[in-house]
Amino acid sequence: MGLNTRWIELPVVHRRLLLFSVAAAALFLMLALRLWYLQIISYERYAERSTRNRTRVLSLAAPRGPIYDRDGVLLVDNRPAFTISVMRQDVYNLEALLPKLAGLLETDVATLEERWARGSRFPIYRPVPLATDVSREVMERVLEHSTDLPGVLVEVLPVRDYLEKGSEAHLVGYLGEVTENELDQDLFEGLQPGDYVGKLALEKAYETYLRGQKGRRLIEVDVKGKLLKPLEVDPALPGNKIFLTISRDVQRAADQAFGDQSGAAVALDVRTGEVLAMLSRPTFDPSLFARGIESEEWSELLKDSRHPLQNKALSGLYSPASTFKMIVALAALREGIVNNRRVIDCDGGFILAEARFRCWKKAGHGKTNRKKALRESCDVWFYQVGLELGIDKLEVAAREFGLGAPVGFPLAGEKAGVIPSRIWKRKRFNKPWYGGETVIASIGQGYVLTTPIQLAVMTAALASHGDVLQPQIIRRIEDWSGQVLHESEPRLIGHADFSDAAWQAIDRGLVAAVNEAHGTGWAAHLDEVRVAGKTGTSQVVRRKSDEEESGEQQEVPYRFRPHALFVAYAPADKPEIAVAVVVEHGQHGGSAAGPIAKAMFESYFKGRREVVSTIMNEGG
Amino acid sequence: MFDRRLVINFDWVLLFTVCSLAGLGILNLYSATSGWAEHSTPFYLKQTLWLGGGVFLALFICCFDYRHLEYFSFPIYVVTLGMLLFVLLLGKTSMGATRWIDLGFFNLQPSEIAKLVIILVLSRIFGRTALPLGYRLRDLWLPAILLALPFLLIVKQPDLGTALLVIFIAASMLLFAGLQRNTLIALCVAGSMTAFAGWFMLHGYQKARILTFLNPEADPLGSGYHIIQSKIAVGSGGFWGKGFMAGTQSQLSFLPERHTDFAFSVFAEEWGFSGSLLLLLGYLFLIVWGIYVARRAADRFGMFLAIGVTSMIFWHIVVNLGMVIGLLPVVGVPLPLFSYGGTSMITTMIGVGLLMNVSMRRFMF
Repeated sequence: MGLNTRWIELPVVHRRLLLFSVAAAALFLMLALRLWYLQIISYERYAERSTRNRTRVLSLAAPRGPIYDRDGVLLVDNRPAFTISVMRQDVYNLEALLPKLAGLLETDVATLEERWARGSRFPIYRPVPLATDVSREVMERVLEHSTDLPGVLVEVLPVRDYLEKGSEAHLVGYLGEVTENELDQDLFEGLQPGDYVGKLALEKAYETYLRGQKGRRLIEVDVKGKLLKPLEVDPALPGNKIFLTISRDVQRAADQAFGDQSGAAVALDVRTGEVLAMLSRPTFDPSLFARGIESEEWSELLKDSRHPLQNKALSGLYSPASTFKMIVALAALREGIVNNRRVIDCDGGFILAEARFRCWKKAGHGKTNRKKALRESCDVWFYQVGLELGIDKLEVAAREFGLGAPVGFPLAGEKAGVIPSRIWKRKRFNKPWYGGETVIASIGQGYVLTTPIQLAVMTAALASHGDVLQPQIIRRIEDWSGQVLHESEPRLIGHADFSDAAWQAIDRGLVAAVNEAHGTGWAAHLDEVRVAGKTGTSQVVRRKSDEEESGEQQEVPYRFRPHALFVAYAPADKPEIAVAVVVEHGQHGGSAAGPIAKAMFESYFKGRREVVSTIMNEGG
Repeated sequence: MFDRRLVINFDWVLLFTVCSLAGLGILNLYSATSGWAEHSTPFYLKQTLWLGGGVFLALFICCFDYRHLEYFSFPIYVVTLGMLLFVLLLGKTSMGATRWIDLGFFNLQPSEIAKLVIILVLSRIFGRTALPLGYRLRDLWLPAILLALPFLLIVKQPDLGTALLVIFIAASMLLFAGLQRNTLIALCVAGSMTAFAGWFMLHGYQKARILTFLNPEADPLGSGYHIIQSKIAVGSGGFWGKGFMAGTQSQLSFLPERHTDFAFSVFAEEWGFSGSLLLLLGYLFLIVWGIYVARRAADRFGMFLAIGVTSMIFWHIVVNLGMVIGLLPVVGVPLPLFSYGGTSMITTMIGVGLLMNVSMRRFMF
């Protein structure tokens, strides 16, 4: 041990021990300096990152703007609805939860699984809705079992409420969950997966007006994103209110008169171009989409041969048939082909180059002048006049009324229709024009195709003696505080130039068609207001020749029945409202489409009897 | 055998320092795990039990003269080597590494014991032969073999953190024993070459940890997550800290492993620079006191024992803190007396027991 003892006393060992102490202190100093750097110098940066770590911004849904009719009657609103959602982070046993929940919600597990999967795109702290808009009973049942259902919660969320139950579905459209594609677009900036946006019609076209501005709620979360406590709130701004030009009453009247027939109806204010009613049948319930449509319901809508999702008022293409005859008559008057005295003899048929064109009245109309021709819709008279006029002059006149081009309606899907000409046929088919084609174009058949909105615009222009106004659907847009953001004004998009005498001749013919004996439009006749109108029967298949037609009252299969058309305006001498109605496969314009026009007129003029009666007295 | 001087010379300072640090650790653990669901005994209570057991063990070690250990050091070494071999063949695997022997109530980690045993064996060798001019390479073949065997077994587990600590401890003791200049240079060159070659033998996750350390932001949610969250916790503590039980990084679970390897991050977040500096000073005092114990040791064996134990505690502190504050790569090394864990506590307390043993027998010849 002696050696050991002496060794320890050696100064070299003491020096080494001192060196070790100093080295240890030096390394600790490095650690301390590092702590100084992190906690003092970089404090701000790390403090900020720590705050960001623990806080999340939750967006507060903004109530979507309501939609009103022209008089401020609510058409589309938001209503609170019970939604059964799950907070995913609180769910530990999904396999057990979903069947239990499916039983309570009276739905199947597959549906819930689909909803659950849909939520995978959501931020983790956002509950995933499994059943939207459930009844109070279901909600209470779920609440009763809430202890067995970890993570399940009942939320009260606003749901779009379509008060007119589909009567205006094609016009207002519907909502749907925002898609990945949409989220990449500037238009949908600030939205998150799971948000609802307009998918069709006005809801889509006016999305930015209706959406409102989301609020923010700052919350504290833990590492799993679990909500711990709210920190601050920045309230949401509701969307803007949209006042449509639609009159709910006129719309409802048309809706009821339509029954379950297919087709479309448009009513315009002759003086402003405002759309008073626009509907397309059959319709669908937009609230199906508001709560998240099931795939079966969706495919059913898609498969329906009567195309409930299509807005036929804008995109339905129909031969205008006899409703086109006014254009023919006006053009013929302008070109001096007919005058008040010209009489054409109708024996029920018209022969051109060995082809026979039938009049709708097999027995013929006999001696027919212009007024009778319009009143009784004599085809032969128009065959003759149209042929003399020629297709190109007819095309010019038709285009003056806005036919053959979209009217510029603010909703997507509007069709241009077809107004044929020699050039058009050359371009389209690379074939020359034949006289027979002029003959059938003269009664609005053949190549001629129009949409109901075009027919309504045309009718309004007939009523106003030439002013072609663009149809307006938005009357006014107000923000949530009532400040007006936008107000529509009448917009002239064309002018049809004909002599007063020509206009009056047409007026008389149309008044006669509705109000006189033998008039085809008698079904739209009103006692209190004088209506001017024209029927149309648009062939879906080639009209049968005499030989083929054996029995007069033979039952034709639905899809081969002709479409029924009716265009009209009223009051005849001081027009306010113009309508166009198409009833698909409705057979006869007067009987099928006339009552719908009549219902719209009645609704429009109701409560204005006094005004109307004076007009009646003046008109005789 | 029991001498009155033993009581008089008992190292109360050391015991007090150790208990104070462990007490702070338990307080910190209380905060770190406060939000956790209490399915069984809370961590801070368990740690208190471990501390109590540790103190008891340390006092028990004081009861017999440490010099007896010198004679048993080789048998103990052989037994430990056997355990390491056993672990490699039949050990309990957890998280990709085989480090434990399941004793039923306790998972024994032979690599922890190996640290102490290597200190024991090296103390015996260096204690026996004093070379005033320093060791030459040819004098080191025995320590080299005695070090290499457990080292390789530990690397094989794999437990790189412990293996490196073993090297650090051995190197510290060797430096203290003294080397001739040429030998020192040769060892440094050999060491760096081995480190370079070793890089190619590392496991994928081990390489990832080192790459992550060099640039943690490259993979903030993956392998860089630990370092980033820890740095945020420490940095956001500022000067005064966020307050006891008020650290958002730790209380809201952003900080991983916050009761074990990253316990210091919790402390630094809640107590700030001021608290961290005090804790650091506390640890420095413990180290300097350990060196002081070595200085006063009665013999060379005791001195090397004290230096070995002190360097073990020292390197644990430096590696853990270096990792937590982003100076070193993430290696699973606990902070002695502070991180939750029975193994770490027992190993440390055995070391402390040895220190106290050496300290209280400083006048015994």
